[in-house]
Amino acid sequence: MKKFARLFIALLLVCIMTIGAAAAEITVGIVNNPPSESGYREANVKDFEAVFSSENGYTAKTFYSLKNDEQLSAAQQFITDGVDYLLISAAETTGWDAVLASAEENGIPVFLFDRMIDCDESLYAAAVVSDMANQGKLAVEWLIAQNLTEYKIIHIQGAMGSDAQIGRTGALDKQVAENDNWTIVVQQTATWDEAEAKKIVESVINSKEDFNIIYAENDGMARGAVAALDDAGITHGVNGKVIVIGFDCNRWALREVLAGTWNYDGQCSPFQAQVISDMIKILEEGGTIETKLVISEEKGFDAATITQADIDQYGLGE
Amino acid sequence: MQDKILLSMRGIGKNFPGVRALHNVDFTLRAGEIHALMGENGAGKSTLIKVLTGVYGKDAGTISIEGKEVFIRSPQDAQKAGISTVYQEITLCPNLTVAENMFIGRDKNVLVGWGKRYRRAGEILRNLNIPARPRQQLGACSLAVQQMVAIARAVDMDCKVLILDEPTSSLDDKEVEMLFTLMRDLRSQGVGIIFVTHFLEQVYAVSDRITVLRNGELVGEYEVENLPQVELVAKMMGKELQGLSDLKQDDNEAAFTGTPVYEVAHLTSTTGIAPFDFSIRKGEVNGFTGLLGSGRSESVRAIFGADRVSGGTVQVEGKKARISNPKQAMKRGIGYLPEDRKADGIIADLSVRENIILALQVMKGFFHPLSQKEQDAFVDEYIRALDIKTASADTPIKSLSGGNQQKVILARWLLTHPKYLILDEPTRGIDVGTKTEIQRLVRRLAKDGMSVTFISSEIEEMLRTCSRLIVMRDRRIVGELRGTKLSQDNVMRTIAGGEQ
Amino acid sequence: MKRFASKIKWSKYTQLLKTKWSKYTQLLKTKWSKYTQLLKTKWSKYAQLLKAKGRKHAQLLVPLLSILLIAVFNLLRDPSFFSVEISKNNLDNPVLTGNLISILNGASELAVISMGMTLVTAACGGQDISVGALGTIAASVFVKILRDGQITAGTIVLAFLACCAAAMVFGAFNGTLVSVFKIQPMIATLVLFTCGRSVAYWINGGATPTIESPLINAVGSFIPGCPVPTPILIVIAVGLLLGALLRFTTLGLYTQTVGINQRAARLNGINPTLIKLASFLVLGLCCAVAGCISASRLGLINHETMLQEIEMDAILAVAIGGNALGGGKFRITGSVLGAYAIQALTITLYAMKVPSTDVKAYKAIVIIIIVVISSPVVKQAISRLWAKVKENSQKKKEVAA
Repeated sequence: MKKFARLFIALLLVCIMTIGAAAAEITVGIVNNPPSESGYREANVKDFEAVFSSENGYTAKTFYSLKNDEQLSAAQQFITDGVDYLLISAAETTGWDAVLASAEENGIPVFLFDRMIDCDESLYAAAVVSDMANQGKLAVEWLIAQNLTEYKIIHIQGAMGSDAQIGRTGALDKQVAENDNWTIVVQQTATWDEAEAKKIVESVINSKEDFNIIYAENDGMARGAVAALDDAGITHGVNGKVIVIGFDCNRWALREVLAGTWNYDGQCSPFQAQVISDMIKILEEGGTIETKLVISEEKGFDAATITQADIDQYGLGE
Repeated sequence: MQDKILLSMRGIGKNFPGVRALHNVDFTLRAGEIHALMGENGAGKSTLIKVLTGVYGKDAGTISIEGKEVFIRSPQDAQKAGISTVYQEITLCPNLTVAENMFIGRDKNVLVGWGKRYRRAGEILRNLNIPARPRQQLGACSLAVQQMVAIARAVDMDCKVLILDEPTSSLDDKEVEMLFTLMRDLRSQGVGIIFVTHFLEQVYAVSDRITVLRNGELVGEYEVENLPQVELVAKMMGKELQGLSDLKQDDNEAAFTGTPVYEVAHLTSTTGIAPFDFSIRKGEVNGFTGLLGSGRSESVRAIFGADRVSGGTVQVEGKKARISNPKQAMKRGIGYLPEDRKADGIIADLSVRENIILALQVMKGFFHPLSQKEQDAFVDEYIRALDIKTASADTPIKSLSGGNQQKVILARWLLTHPKYLILDEPTRGIDVGTKTEIQRLVRRLAKDGMSVTFISSEIEEMLRTCSRLIVMRDRRIVGELRGTKLSQDNVMRTIAGGEQ
Repeated sequence: MKRFASKIKWSKYTQLLKTKWSKYTQLLKTKWSKYTQLLKTKWSKYAQLLKAKGRKHAQLLVPLLSILLIAVFNLLRDPSFFSVEISKNNLDNPVLTGNLISILNGASELAVISMGMTLVTAACGGQDISVGALGTIAASVFVKILRDGQITAGTIVLAFLACCAAAMVFGAFNGTLVSVFKIQPMIATLVLFTCGRSVAYWINGGATPTIESPLINAVGSFIPGCPVPTPILIVIAVGLLLGALLRFTTLGLYTQTVGINQRAARLNGINPTLIKLASFLVLGLCCAVAGCISASRLGLINHETMLQEIEMDAILAVAIGGNALGGGKFRITGSVLGAYAIQALTITLYAMKVPSTDVKAYKAIVIIIIVVISSPVVKQAISRLWAKVKENSQKKKEVAA
């Protein structure tokens, strides 16, 4: 019996000590998409890992999934575990109200990053996001600046319903609806799959329809589309027949832009961790956050103006 | 009362594309009788049963029950008309309880509580003297009891006509006797029973009348007393029998003088058989006999390496050998025709050709497939030699009759030219004609120098073919009979534990 | 007198002529009947042979019919769908283009994987749902090795061999779970299905690593000077290899035997565990080939989207090919035709600008139709109908007679 009692006390001590140790750090629960999703996501995950490290006084619990329901249950688990802050990049924009409400009840501030969620503003402390619509707008503005007499577009969309797809499609759809010399030859989703993008473009080429612009909503799909052009002997890029537009600024994609085989690549900044960390520091010191919505500054790269320095600074991956 | 006609089928005809399965067949069943329906494979027994139970529609003729004509278009119609069938393969659910099996799928009143049903099931089982408890899982009962539960289910559905299709083929003698008692009980309650079987003795043990079919036509209806066994066989085969009794005139010397082909000491396997010694000489035909479950099949399976061998030393042709799986046995020149044709023998979807060449192919090896030409030559030879009735060599084996399937398996092993062939129940569930054919074949093979171990549930058959019998009981060898000692009486006595 | 004599002569001649004539006609008649007889017997022999052959190939009816259906549909919709042209690509090589080429080329990965899937289905009576993940792992190994060194023909071969080895290791993992531990194939392969893409990511690290070289281009698109897309050539090569494997070994017979009756197979000296394992190894190799094709097409690997949902298409191809999903008899040709049928359907829908999200719905419809057509109920109904038609025609003949 005595032995047991001693053991019990020892265990108790250990528990108290760990709790004490944990209290010294700030625990954050990070719900994100898996790094393997894209070059963008890889950089995004690395950014958060670097900022929310133990050197910076954080204990980070992370969960990565492409599926909204898995993300939801992971977030709920983090709330039950009693994290201090919850950081979310949602797979889908809907379905989060209950989880966010439960976080509020438990007094856990929520930060949204990278992607917005459809919910009441009061349910989160702040959102640090890329403005996907703005990315689309930048690309479309660049297209307008090219001053073509006719815009015949193959539009390859990402996974339907994702924030990036909605934002990047919106600007183009609007422009096409308002201008008669802008037509969509085909609008198909390839669900971020490069091979599928190639098949879609191939099918347009086979049907002998004329087009002069490929607007692909990420770099991989743009690469797939270009492969189809190459096979069919259709020139592309600067001085080519077809203008190629991609998004995300993978380093290899920017190299294509520099080489002039692509025309434009829209940036999508993955670096939001520092901004959030700064806000958490403010909250920890008892302050309040003034701006609820912080939009990452992003730009687009044009084959005519891009430099190797841009690639080194903004390129994702290797 | 006993002579009241229950079921009357008149002028039944049924055609399949290219085949006249039934032609102008009459069949009469009286209340309170057990009526054996006999015929060789292909005689039309099962077609007649299927017409009666609504599985097939008939092309001609009328069916009436208790004088009223009925139209049976589906198995449901048959059930409503009071016709129930218990098949050879038990079609119940082994993972449900006995009572659940008795009531499931036929009770429209879902509100009746299961308590009530269990009580009712208990009553029925008691009335019929069936040794099963309602709450027992069916799979835990012996095959015989499962069979009886299936009968009880049928009886409880107010059946007037009960069809038993080969009910005894997987039962041992004691269980068969139990089943017969149940059948006699039902007979005295006025149920008409149609009994389909291959076992002649059983027909005589329990039936009142016999109807014989041949080639889809009626041969006749007979009172059992007026039809001696030999005549029945003759009527089924359509010719006078010859040599069924004198198969073994040339008592084989080889059994006692030849060189040992296969010898084993203290062989045992994980199936729980006692270690046993056994040997067979060149050209000898011997057999393992005993009741079902006595370990006779397990013994030969151990010889072939079909089960996990756990002990014993084996000598093949005087040399020490290791046989721990079928392939090693095959390489040593041993062939094994398994007891359960469907589960262990045939490859149902494959053609007759592939089924025949399989074992030889395995022996030739993975990288030496037989050419089409070789296959054709082998297959044609054995189809002719064993008189296998098949549309072509490319017909799937599953569409052959049981007897012909068995011949295919036999051909498979003969093709490997084994020195020692083990036949476990080669004649089960096949017609009389093929039975004698196989028995003759065994004797001929032995004469040509092959050693054969032969197992059959029919003792007479073994006495006819084997020159030495190893008798087993409770998974151990209890005696050996040879020469003049070979008789049914002696076998019984040895099994029972008496003197040899 | 003279006249009379001439008359006699005349009658003699006519007589002679008549007899000769009748002899000739007789001879002709007998000869004729002989010939017709011969023709008849020959014809019936041929007919019999044709029937037997037909029964043997009946399995291919469903995939051929589906392809035919799609072809006819396209013919009515737009005959130019079938046009195939030779043009120059951006590297100035002559290449074939057109929807037919797109179909054959695009279905390559699916065709190769469905060949292996057919074997696994036949031997194990279940399907491997990890083929997409397994192919991605293999491709990841392929890309990893090529990124670590110079890309030459030698390193490509080396990388391919290494990726085959990796795929066989994972195939053996699946196969062991199925054959030794007797876990249902779908459940056993669920493990790799769930974690395979993470493994692939872990091998390479980067999200979308690229490999760029004209040699990779030659593997994934066109060999300079050869207008046929290389993936099509690879499919042919794999098909020939597998065909040789089935022809010069007894794998086919053993696989079917194990798939139909495992206990009987064992009693005939076949080791079912080994055969099942072998089928998974072959499938692993097929996945490796598919992964290499897929990675070489764009010189890029995206672990999340590569060979996405190919497992379902492969199972569908096996089913369309008329193979029983419960194991047993199989025809690899059927599955390959099934794969092309699926791709033809997809390309047709693309050509019609059906949104690719809806393509799945159309595929589902096709699945339903095929499954219903090949169900025993419909088959019986058709055979009954056929019998009736035959009977009627016979009756008509009798009436006419």
